[in-house]
Amino acid sequence: MTTHSVKLELAVGLFVLTGVLALAWLSIKMARMELVGGSFKTIQTHFTSVAGLRSGAAVEISGVEVGRVKRIDLDTRQFDALVTLHIRHDVPIQEDAIASVRTKGLIGDRYVKITPGASDNLLKSGDRLVQTEPAIDFEELISQFIHGSVK
Amino acid sequence: MTLMLRNLGRDSLQRFWRMGHMFLFLLVSIFGIVRPPYRLRNLFKQIVFIGIRSLFVIVLTAAFTGMVLALQGYYVLSRFGSEGMVGPMVALAIVQELGPVLTALMVTGRAGSAMAGELGVMRIKEQIDALESMGINPLKYLVAPRVEASLVSLPVLTAIFNVVGILGGYLVAVQLLGMSSGTYWGGIEAKLAAKDITISVIKSVSFGLIVAWVCTYMGYFTTRGAEGVGRSITQAVVLSSVLVLIWDYFITSIML
Repeated sequence: MTTHSVKLELAVGLFVLTGVLALAWLSIKMARMELVGGSFKTIQTHFTSVAGLRSGAAVEISGVEVGRVKRIDLDTRQFDALVTLHIRHDVPIQEDAIASVRTKGLIGDRYVKITPGASDNLLKSGDRLVQTEPAIDFEELISQFIHGSVK
Repeated sequence: MTLMLRNLGRDSLQRFWRMGHMFLFLLVSIFGIVRPPYRLRNLFKQIVFIGIRSLFVIVLTAAFTGMVLALQGYYVLSRFGSEGMVGPMVALAIVQELGPVLTALMVTGRAGSAMAGELGVMRIKEQIDALESMGINPLKYLVAPRVEASLVSLPVLTAIFNVVGILGGYLVAVQLLGMSSGTYWGGIEAKLAAKDITISVIKSVSFGLIVAWVCTYMGYFTTRGAEGVGRSITQAVVLSSVLVLIWDYFITSIML
């Protein structure tokens, strides 16, 4: 091995390392890739409407992000939306907590807001959060207002 | 009338033949990559040429792309009162589209043209035939390392492009236009998904294959002297740029 080929290998190694670091920074810091999946608990909730909510949306308590929406399905027996939430393990969710679909600002993103309850019983992974509030449909509100059916 | 038809037929046949020829060339080159003996030194030299020597131009392009995107995005989005979306806009545009595509185009212009020229001169100076007569497979010795080096270099360069582009956007949006840095980074963190980065990587790998494939093919089958070398380089750059853009459309429509 001459010094020249050592330099060559060093240069290539550095180059590839830079690329890997760039990719790692993007996916872990920016895209928040979950390297370890064990630190989340899954909570099931049923909403009558989740219009505008996407999987990956934030789950917040008092405006602090504590998890993400994992998936959204249609429950074909009850015909409502079955939303699976991934919530950080260290965040306690009481069984009488209320989950509601809210909007950030007037035209912002939809997110799930959890209002803590007062019960001593905490939900475990896989449990169902019973109390929910559906998404507020602005168009419906406006049409109710226009047609005078708002109370 | 029959003459016209005959011309059309001959033209189509030639085109089909060329497509098949190019595809076989690719298959044989890939065969050359996977089959031992592996000449790592050759590969490293090509990575230095295609990847490391392109770093400067990639960083420069990326920084200015990110900067102009932030500037334009801010200008357009402020009309709708959603300047806060500048960060995600810059990040998504760069990671999904501009990063892979511009990297591929820059590498085509910088390294692809050189590949075609180098192989073209070797062809017309009969160095490729000389290799063959010495019992060295020129596809394995000349083409395979270049294809391989592109496959390694393009994703790395694209990743660097993405990061530098986002940082360039940060520079303009936050330092120049006075956006809050939390809005910029927070927006990107909220909107950029792991899938976007996967798309970026897949695109860059496939572009690497296209660039190396087209450029080495054009250079390898150069004919008719110095003029032919010039024509090969032009064809290589044009065809690989066009193919990259067309393929980009299809891969995006499949993956989105």
